[in-house]
Amino acid sequence: MEAAVNSLFAQKMEIVEIVKMSLQVSGSATIISALIGIPLGAWIGLSEFKGKRFLLKLVYTMMALPPVLAGLLVYLLLSRSGPLGFMELLFTPSAMIIAQCLLVTPIVTGLVSAGVAAKEGLIFEHAISLGASKAQATWTIIKEARTGIIAGVMTGFGRAFAEVGAVMLVGGNIRHMTRVLTTSIVMETRQGNFEMGVALGIILLLLSFMVSSIVLSNADEFSLK
Amino acid sequence: MNLFEISGLRKSFGSRTVLNIDELTLQAGKIYAVLGPNGSGKTTLLRILNLLAAPDTGRIKFMGGDIGISQADRLSVSRQMCMVFQRPFMFRSTVFNNVAYGLKLRRVAKADCEKRVNEALDFVGMGNFVKQSATRLSGGETQRVALARALVLQPQVLLLDEPTANLDPGSVQQIEEIIRKYHQEYNTSVIIVTHNLFQAKRMADETILLINGEVLERASTAEFFEHPRELGTRHFLDGTMVY
Repeated sequence: MEAAVNSLFAQKMEIVEIVKMSLQVSGSATIISALIGIPLGAWIGLSEFKGKRFLLKLVYTMMALPPVLAGLLVYLLLSRSGPLGFMELLFTPSAMIIAQCLLVTPIVTGLVSAGVAAKEGLIFEHAISLGASKAQATWTIIKEARTGIIAGVMTGFGRAFAEVGAVMLVGGNIRHMTRVLTTSIVMETRQGNFEMGVALGIILLLLSFMVSSIVLSNADEFSLK
Repeated sequence: MNLFEISGLRKSFGSRTVLNIDELTLQAGKIYAVLGPNGSGKTTLLRILNLLAAPDTGRIKFMGGDIGISQADRLSVSRQMCMVFQRPFMFRSTVFNNVAYGLKLRRVAKADCEKRVNEALDFVGMGNFVKQSATRLSGGETQRVALARALVLQPQVLLLDEPTANLDPGSVQQIEEIIRKYHQEYNTSVIIVTHNLFQAKRMADETILLINGEVLERASTAEFFEHPRELGTRHFLDGTMVY
């Protein structure tokens, strides 16, 4: 433990940089995925349409998408010979965000869909009976399903923050550029710096705990509004 | 004034017809009790009147006007009535916010909203619960908050779907007293679906018996219980009806 702490202080500035990059990449991916996944999940959960079951099966399948496969798909898309190669995004934080969005969006969509569907009938009827329009009733359902929605977003953030395969493939673990906590742990372990790997792992868990605590305390505030 | 004029109302679920009412007119300012065995269409009727469900065929007039034509019309009509459910759902917030919900939808000014919510909660005897979490109330308290949430909107008609089912006698008495008092003060029309014959007897001006989705008998409550015209009504009242 003492060795792990000493390793941390020796490379303080670089670790701060890695932590910032991790939060920036996974935070951005989670926000983008939430912006897509919450309305999409709410729509799937609250609507009846042909092909809904198939769409849900697709979403649930994508929830189990292996990070390496997501990374590979984004790699092929962004590589020089790929359809989006001209954008020159490979081995940049943007490529890492895209890959993580591919992983996180289905998780948010699937969990939000299940969360709102579970609340739908009862709340919708109460809201309509109290004079809500359909749009107002839908918003009420989303607000009431906030625990499920927050759980979906937090699960997505956890998935993004902890995954290594996709960011390693499309980011390349380039020092001062695309290195994040998980890729650093892999690198340190390969180099035999186990203390450093453990220390970075502890930081990752602590950060994840802090983000969850902040989000959940804000969720309690929201519930009284 | 006629509150509801129903003609040719039909509603089926699959091959089962749950409502089949040729003509039914309800007057404003009265308390109606709707009785009937399980599955006789009572709740479906209430849901259709509250625009929560659409009939397969038929015409319904509310205060003289056809309902259910455009979405805007439906909203303005549905905002003149309010339903209290057998198991009311409390939004995950304070008692105040639950009662204020309908007022906020109608964009009532904050000060007015606060005043009306407090008055409504006082009316149902829940004035001390304003800041409490609405999801942690007892059954009787929940039902009283649900009533306050409806009454605060000053609806023309109050639709009550077995509002006292599963409540203890004390709570039943409280709820009935609130409904009766509100009806007397504001002349609000009330349609109450109940399995409790004594409740219908205590509360209603007129009683309607639904059997298999059809109106078997409709009469003043005294007539209904003392001199029922239909044999089916007599069997229903003495508990010998075979469904």
